[in-house]
Amino acid sequence: MHPAYSVILFTCSSGAGYGLLIWLATAWLGGGWNLDPPTALAASLAGLVLVTIGLLSSTFHLGHPERAWRAVSQWRSSWLSREGVAAILAYPPTLLFSAGWLWQSLPAGLMTLAAYATMLLATLTVICTAMIYASLKTIPRWSNAWVLPVYLAFSLASGGLLFAVAMSLSGAAERQLLGLVLGILTLAWLIKWGYWRFIDRQRPASDTGTATGLGHLGEVRQLEAPHTSENYLLKEMGYAVARKHAARLRRFALTAGLAAPAALLLLATAATGAGQSVLLLFAALLGLTGISIERWLFFAEARHQVTLYYGRSL
Amino acid sequence: MTAIPKNSGKKLGLVTDLDICVGCHACAVSCKEWNAGGHSAPLTDSNAYGKEPHGVWFNRVHVYETDDGMNTRTVNFPRSCLHCEQPACVTVCPTGASYKREEDGIVLINAETCIGCKLCSWACPYGAREYDEADGVMKKCTLCIDRIYNDTLTEYERQPACVSACPTRARHFGDLGDPDSEISKLVERRGGYALMPETGYQPVNRYLPPRPRKDRAGDTGSRDRLEPAPEPVSGDGFFGWLDKALSR
Repeated sequence: MHPAYSVILFTCSSGAGYGLLIWLATAWLGGGWNLDPPTALAASLAGLVLVTIGLLSSTFHLGHPERAWRAVSQWRSSWLSREGVAAILAYPPTLLFSAGWLWQSLPAGLMTLAAYATMLLATLTVICTAMIYASLKTIPRWSNAWVLPVYLAFSLASGGLLFAVAMSLSGAAERQLLGLVLGILTLAWLIKWGYWRFIDRQRPASDTGTATGLGHLGEVRQLEAPHTSENYLLKEMGYAVARKHAARLRRFALTAGLAAPAALLLLATAATGAGQSVLLLFAALLGLTGISIERWLFFAEARHQVTLYYGRSL
Repeated sequence: MTAIPKNSGKKLGLVTDLDICVGCHACAVSCKEWNAGGHSAPLTDSNAYGKEPHGVWFNRVHVYETDDGMNTRTVNFPRSCLHCEQPACVTVCPTGASYKREEDGIVLINAETCIGCKLCSWACPYGAREYDEADGVMKKCTLCIDRIYNDTLTEYERQPACVSACPTRARHFGDLGDPDSEISKLVERRGGYALMPETGYQPVNRYLPPRPRKDRAGDTGSRDRLEPAPEPVSGDGFFGWLDKALSR
């Protein structure tokens, strides 16, 4: 599949934003983490900005962005529509929850309700994003049980790295918190490793023989393509990254997304003040870079059934 | 609406005979010609006369070679929308622009409400949908909805452009939901099949398989195999003597 930058930016940015909002809501509800209210407000707004950047980038790649409002109508059957609905529903409670950090007269009960709603709707939106891909049976590397956990775990991991920066700025990035963030980051990459292992061993049921129904005549090869230059199908769905490049990019993703942030998180446990915040900021930036490479590969390694008609395999 | 309607029993579709298709691309060209001015007009081309032409087509004719280790054969294979009974391209549509008609099962796109998100093309395993960059909407085979119900055309012309254009009559149009229709009987007789049934989209269109190859003596009605010539019996006389002499 063609790895469109708008979709990579959208899934990574909104994933991190929703993840950060989930952490912040947990911080409010748990009450154990001493977030400085102005920093918490800034972090909540940062989460909203990330989510909004993601949604805008996904809107601008449409052929008719001015009709985007129509996309909320088909939530009964379409995961894309459900995602739009969940994302829009998430805004009011998230805005209220963000304002609540400094808005003294907001009743605590309402703030708690907003925090629960933020958590629930942020999680639902990430689930919808993942299901857009996981529900496409035409792409076996997406249509499996690994995709949803991968998206949820990376959302929490990237949000956690950003949350650690906010905690450090509040002077409260304690060892346990950094350990928790590191644990979730490691878990996310473990799930991703499981996904990679799964797709490398997958044996899809369809091939050019079943696609054409000519399999009973023997091996089916494409002798002549139907067109002399590329068409929409090959541009959009024919993109394939070479296996050796994929292997190298997986190593890059693991290095930038797991090894480097893990080392910085460990260093940060020994640091304090501004030094610690800088270390954690770099950890977050590297983590997001690793996740962006992972997301690029998620598209580039995916193979679509239509390519079977062009003599390729899944 | 993107919910799939209850089927009325009528399932209009195409049947393509892979045994006699000669791969001339007349269906693809005729389709392009009609639809560039019809319901889905325009079917935009970019760089049409340049080095890398690119454009929207509803029909694509592939050529395959099959190989069983002993024999190879060439099969021309036109590919277009199969108007599935369970079209995932319809259910994934976030706006309801993609829909399946209850009255005849044709899958269409409303160009007024399509937002051009391309998700329907990702959901289709058959590559039936192509995006029109210039229009910003997705386009697909309409089964020539503007011909088959067109009262201003003669009855003979009320069939999809690809069917009319085929010089070998490899393409047939009709109601595949009616077991007594000519097209259903043809499918029955020739063992017509659906593409990639394992995906579960239940295509309406059918393909007729290439007939068994006639490449053995017995296939043409002659003896299964030719017997070796009997051992010559040497007679007497001059030729008998010559035969013996030459056989030594």
